[in-house]
Amino acid sequence: MSMTSLYLIVPMAPLVGALLAGLLGKTLGKTISHTVTIIGVLVSFIASLAIAQDVFAGHLFNGNLYTWMTAGDLSFHVGFLIDPLTVTMMLVVTFVSLMVHIYTVGYMHDDPGYQRFFSYISLFTFAMLMLVMSNNFLQLFFGWEAVGLVSYLLIGFWFQRSTAVFANLKAFLVNRVGDFGFLLGIGLILANFHSLDYATVFSMVPQVMHNEITLISGHSWSLMTVICILLFIGAMGKSAQMPLHVWLPDSMEGPTPISALIHAATMVTAGIFMVSRMSPLFEVSDTARSVILVIGASTALFMAFLGVIQYDIKRVVAYSTLSQLGYMTVALGASAYPVAIFHLGTHAFFKALLFLAAGSVIHAMHHEQDMRHMGGLRKYLPITYITALIGSLALCGIPPFAGFFSKDLIIDAVSGSHLYGAGYAQFAVTAGVFVTAFYTFRMFFMTFHGKERMDHHTKEHLHESPLVITLPLILLAIPSLLAGYLLIGPMIMGDYFGTSIVIDPQHSVLHHIREEFTNPTGFMVNGLMALPLWLAVSGIVLAAVLYLFMPRIPEKIKAQSGVIYTILSNNYYFDWFNDRVLSRGTVSLGKKLWRYGDVTLIDGTMVMGTARTISRFANRLRHLQSGYIYHYAFIMIFGVFVLMSLWFIRG
Amino acid sequence: MNFVFSSIAPALPEIVLLISLSLLLLLDLWINDENRFYTYVLAQLALIATGFSVLTGENGQIVTAFNGLFISDAMARTLNIFSVITMGFVFAYSRLYSQDRGLFKGEFFVLMLFALLGIMVMISANHFLVLYLGLEMLALAQCALIALQRDSKKATEAAMKYFVLSALASGLLLYGLSMLYGATGSLLIPEVANAIAANTIDPAILVFGLVFVVAGLGFKLGAVPFHMWIPDVYEGSPTSVTLFVASVPKIAAFAFIMRLLVGALGALVNDWQPMLVIMAVLSIGLGNIVAIAQTNIKRMLAFSTISHMGYLILGILSANNAGYAASMFYVASYVIISVAAFGIVLLLSRHGFEGDRLDDFKGLNNRSPWIAFMMLLVMVSMAGIPPSVGFFAKLSVLSAVLDAGYTWLVVYAVIFSLIGAFYYLRIIKLMYMDDPVGEEKLVTEPDHLILIGLNGLVIFILGIVPQSLIDLCFNSIAHSFR
Repeated sequence: MSMTSLYLIVPMAPLVGALLAGLLGKTLGKTISHTVTIIGVLVSFIASLAIAQDVFAGHLFNGNLYTWMTAGDLSFHVGFLIDPLTVTMMLVVTFVSLMVHIYTVGYMHDDPGYQRFFSYISLFTFAMLMLVMSNNFLQLFFGWEAVGLVSYLLIGFWFQRSTAVFANLKAFLVNRVGDFGFLLGIGLILANFHSLDYATVFSMVPQVMHNEITLISGHSWSLMTVICILLFIGAMGKSAQMPLHVWLPDSMEGPTPISALIHAATMVTAGIFMVSRMSPLFEVSDTARSVILVIGASTALFMAFLGVIQYDIKRVVAYSTLSQLGYMTVALGASAYPVAIFHLGTHAFFKALLFLAAGSVIHAMHHEQDMRHMGGLRKYLPITYITALIGSLALCGIPPFAGFFSKDLIIDAVSGSHLYGAGYAQFAVTAGVFVTAFYTFRMFFMTFHGKERMDHHTKEHLHESPLVITLPLILLAIPSLLAGYLLIGPMIMGDYFGTSIVIDPQHSVLHHIREEFTNPTGFMVNGLMALPLWLAVSGIVLAAVLYLFMPRIPEKIKAQSGVIYTILSNNYYFDWFNDRVLSRGTVSLGKKLWRYGDVTLIDGTMVMGTARTISRFANRLRHLQSGYIYHYAFIMIFGVFVLMSLWFIRG
Repeated sequence: MNFVFSSIAPALPEIVLLISLSLLLLLDLWINDENRFYTYVLAQLALIATGFSVLTGENGQIVTAFNGLFISDAMARTLNIFSVITMGFVFAYSRLYSQDRGLFKGEFFVLMLFALLGIMVMISANHFLVLYLGLEMLALAQCALIALQRDSKKATEAAMKYFVLSALASGLLLYGLSMLYGATGSLLIPEVANAIAANTIDPAILVFGLVFVVAGLGFKLGAVPFHMWIPDVYEGSPTSVTLFVASVPKIAAFAFIMRLLVGALGALVNDWQPMLVIMAVLSIGLGNIVAIAQTNIKRMLAFSTISHMGYLILGILSANNAGYAASMFYVASYVIISVAAFGIVLLLSRHGFEGDRLDDFKGLNNRSPWIAFMMLLVMVSMAGIPPSVGFFAKLSVLSAVLDAGYTWLVVYAVIFSLIGAFYYLRIIKLMYMDDPVGEEKLVTEPDHLILIGLNGLVIFILGIVPQSLIDLCFNSIAHSFR
């Protein structure tokens, strides 16, 4: 089998599964539906492994498979770019997707939309693979929109719940804002590079990088900066960076497997992937990277604070996802793209693990999500307890868990950056470590330790989840434990990404890290003496003190903190601002335009007005047709007379 | 004069038509009222014979007969075949209606065929008097047809009006032609053209003649201000006759303009172009506006015809072959659409009920979705909404005018076609959105339905692939006029 057809199999296998389960789901029944979709993703995962082996043997691929359409001298293709970056994403996506597929069999087993759910997640896998494998902006945009669509469908999966419908609408609308910027960026690229092909665009960067663009007359900006910021706005929507992050916490209305697959491990990292993929563009604009750095750092710190006050177990994990996405964005801003992808990978494992563990808890608790009604679950859910502990330690960045390596690298990378805002970013990511550790273990202790606060009925039915749920937990716990230790060497220190990521040597922050690096164990030993680890440990200790030993104190602090608590519990008033100012402002502006512009001016005066005038005129004119033959003859003769006179006057 | 058979060969279609209609006139004497259907069949056979002889005469050459009085060129042949086919549709659509109203007589067919003969003579005339002969043959037959329903006051009144006004118009035309004869010394079209081109004649006399000729033409077309007969005749005639008046004679009028203005008076283009501009502007404006105020569909279509003739003039006034071809395409598509429109009005009528009020179209979709859809196609096409043949017709005349440099005229024409869209779309609204008034079933015959379907299909297909008809018109003009 040629490699090209193998490439094609990777996205097509899940698509076939999705179509079968989606269109014939009712006929095929539950078992066959989940079997075909799982097989589809499994095939895709195995093919990705084979491709990965091939790529690391040095066989890259960049080619078009199908010409979709040609307009003038511009053609739009469906094509693949297979290189180390793509392959990394393919492995992450297919592996997590496979785990989620298996997990779903247990989690959703008596949901009436069982087949529909499998169809959606397979469709999502297809779309996400098209996104990461693309070799041009158009296909990237196709995948980008397709994952957005499936995300919309899945957040609103339980469409009978009004909160779910509200949440998916919100996700869709907020993403529209991001996509608008993204599309403008693609448009600018098309206008200035006359191509949508990655390779062509990247090779033309040196010719275009000094061009300027005038958006408001009299002010011109660097073209590359404008393009990069517009593309990053797209990434902000998809990867939920402030202020476009508001949809992600609400997306937890979807079923938990979705939160793990789409809203933690894969789709939300599309923005991170996209910026890494566009590294040749972003490397040219310092301004754009400064913006990225500041936005990422703000998201990392401020979203972590919000995790502290949540009681819904899924929301804690959701805010933690936001914060971690901020870390990745910071790495992008610091030109440490490989580190961002590294953290993306480790985060995909431990965050999917945490979500699925949370799902397992929720499943056991009969869809109770409030942590105030949990506690002491350690006894009842031993496997979930251990895997969740691994996930939490990885998230906090405790060595030797995966998160330690990637997070430490990000903090190191930022300290090496000289961009405007780097100092702020360094502070934010370092402080974020403490907060992260605190809220993670707050959640962990409230759920698994302490007093059992659930009601009697729930308690009687508590039992460990079935194998289809625990197996993915175990399989995800392994990379959460080991991925960092094993991959840091090859991925960061070696020339893993080859030509797929371009970093200007002048701002290579990885330089000094690489010089000091000897082996992963050495890296860990260095880490033991650094500030972040001690911040993490103190965060855990504080959480233990407050939630294990003195559970009365948090309530008192909450009562004392007044303004701060109000601001946090209102999500920094982002939703308030969006709702009151943006939505209502737009709606009232629209209503005014409709009432005065449309109804009065256009409909009333112009449309109806002209219609009235014409029909009045018509009613006058029809009287010319009097029916008297001598009138008719007179008009004819008068006509001849006028024509004649005109000609003789004209000479 | 030596008569050689070959010299009359170009007139074979006309001769065939004349012989067959004379035969029909005789045979009809032996056919009683119960068997009148045979007359209908014979009339259709006459048309088939005529059409066949037009097709066999096709040789791509310009040939003359009767010492140059009569011409057969590509335009003549195309228009002839077109007229014959349209006539066949007219007969078929009007059969049931005429039977119901006692009009289904030999005279109906004979008069129609005589009118067709007049039309064909006009199309092929190469001499002022032959042109006039054809014109009068058409006018007289048409006048008799309008008055065919003798006991109807409306019809008689319409016939009277038509007769008087047409006599007046003929007088104006003859006066103009006599001026031209006086100035040029010839009645043969090519000789007149040569004489004018020689540039030795006092232009005042020529323009004097031209004004009267244009007035005569305007009457035939029904262009403002010579349009007054149109609404009354359309409304007053039996619908089967209106169907005829609204279709085939328009082809003759187009040929008439081409022979006279382009063939004979081409050198005076700078004088007739502004006259046509005035007539076009007035026709498009008045036709579209007054149509809005009508409540009778025949009358509404009459005003719509006036506006369509304005658009037709647009192509001619651009004074080049592309413009003439655009006008020919316009007249062809107009005839196709107009025949279908009146065919549908005929379908709606039944014994003792005309079905010609706009209100009769209310809720047509509930009574007969198929007919309603056909009417939708017709109205969309008349309004010139893409993709319909009417759109391409308007597009081609407008682009011709644009090339001729009359941008303001294009803007004006587009604005008025927008205003015109109102009353066409109103019919669609009545059919699809209002509740039906009566519950009576439509009385019809299968052949009528099939032909309406065919007619609609032609409109539909030409709306998607109009190029074949456009090419046909363009080639006909290109082979007939240099």
